[in-house]
This record gives sequence, structure tokens and C-alpha cells, in this order.
Amino acid sequence: MSAGDQSPKLVTDLVLASSLDSVDAAENHAVSAAESVGMADEDVFRFGYAVREAMVNAVVHGNRYSANKSVVFRISASAGSIEVMIRDHGDGFTTESVADPLAEENLLCQSGRGISLIRAFVDELQVSPAEGGGTVALLRKYVKAGTSAPPQVSEQ
Amino acid sequence: MSVELTTRQVGDVAVIDAKGRITLGEGSSDFRDTIKGLVVKGQKNVLVNLAEITYIDSSGIGEMVSGYTTVANAGGKLKLLSLTKRVQDLLQITKLYTVFEVYDDEAAGLASFQK
Repeated sequence: MSAGDQSPKLVTDLVLASSLDSVDAAENHAVSAAESVGMADEDVFRFGYAVREAMVNAVVHGNRYSANKSVVFRISASAGSIEVMIRDHGDGFTTESVADPLAEENLLCQSGRGISLIRAFVDELQVSPAEGGGTVALLRKYVKAGTSAPPQVSEQ
Repeated sequence: MSVELTTRQVGDVAVIDAKGRITLGEGSSDFRDTIKGLVVKGQKNVLVNLAEITYIDSSGIGEMVSGYTTVANAGGKLKLLSLTKRVQDLLQITKLYTVFEVYDDEAAGLASFQK
């Protein structure tokens, strides 16, 4: 991909089974794509981490490991940014339904941190209902070659 | 590679040397089983050495929190040792640095249980 090319191109388009192997595969694809656009090492890690968390949401909480439900996984990349779309076929989900994991009373909860970690590690996250049911998550991270500022702590 | 957990006894402290990845599935369940096994045996003081942990996902973080409460409910303490920069970042983002006692030095971590 040339440095001046800003138009996103679809680089990965997969239909994945609802399994932990698919989570690993999605993370590996995301890391490879982020490396290919010249993302700094620490940002590659953060992007892969966010994609892994979003895939876990789709496989575990969305499709509930159902063999009859798949996950659509797409990566689009340009010289300036990389975007991942993950669509599950679950019962639907909104980020507002997740209790704030940073609230004092929730710090000792075992689960509920995935969304806030994704937010910390990408520049944009959109979660919305998918047409026909399920949930679509869009994650975008901009390419800042050679920089890796510490992740921002947000209060949701 | 999933996680490799080795437990050694140093005085009255069980030190768990963790290596690899603690992620949803085998990694996080191994961690949970190890903590529960120690508590069942009456172990009160647990120090988890994360120096060789390369990756912890939110499920793994959840298991560490669960381990912390399991040990605390049995009247003990679970503390962390030698966090990598990435694990430190994760504890910062999740505010869990306010929950866990963290030590960079094993001797200091072990001594903290005697206070």
C-alpha cells in the first residue's frame, strides 16, 4: 500500500465459526494488517488486543459459541488508518447495557472490562444493531508511525 | 502457548510463577484452578509472579480479580509481583492498581505478608 493512498481497501473478508480458534485467527489477521500499514509496534499490540476483545464479545456473548451462528470479520486498511468490522448473530447488545467497570462498586466484578479496554486501545468504536439481528462492532485506529503514547484512561 | 503455572512455597507464601498468556479458555481456567487448589489446601498468602506473562486479556484480568476475592474470602491475601509494562498499563486502564498490591522485588513482596 503506497504512503499516499488514503482510500480504505478491503484486505480481509471472512466468515468465521463461533470458536476461540476464530478469536485467535482474527487477532492474527488484525496484527498482520496493522503491521502492513506501518503502525508502531505498541499500537499493533493495542489494535490486536482490541480486536481480540471484540471477537470474544461476538463469539461468547453474541453467538454464545453456537455452531449455527457465524461471525463476519472484515478488515479495511489505508495508509492512514485501519478498520475492523465484526458482526455477530446474537440477541443484540448495546454498550450502555454494560455496567461501568471503573466504578468503585464494580472493580471486583469478574467480567465487564472488554468494552472499556477496546475503547482505550482504538481511536473509534461504534457498536450498533445489525440489520436482521445481531450486533456490528466497528473499530478504527489511525496510523501514527513510530509513536506509542500511553493509552488513555477513560471513565466511560 | 497458553499459560504455564508453577507453584513454589517460600515460608508461608505460595509463589505462583506464571509464564505465557492468560486468555479466555485454557489459560484463564488453569489460573482459576491453581488459586482454588491453594485455597482448598488452606494457603492464605499468595504472590503471583507475572514477570513472564506476555499477554492477559479481559478474561484473564477477571480471573486475577476472582482469585483476589477467593483468597480474601478465605482470610488471605493475593498480591502481584513483577508486572511487565503492558500488564501495568492494563491495571492502570482498569483501575485495578487500586485493588492489587504490586511489588517489583520478590523479597519485598514476600516480606509484605509478614506485616
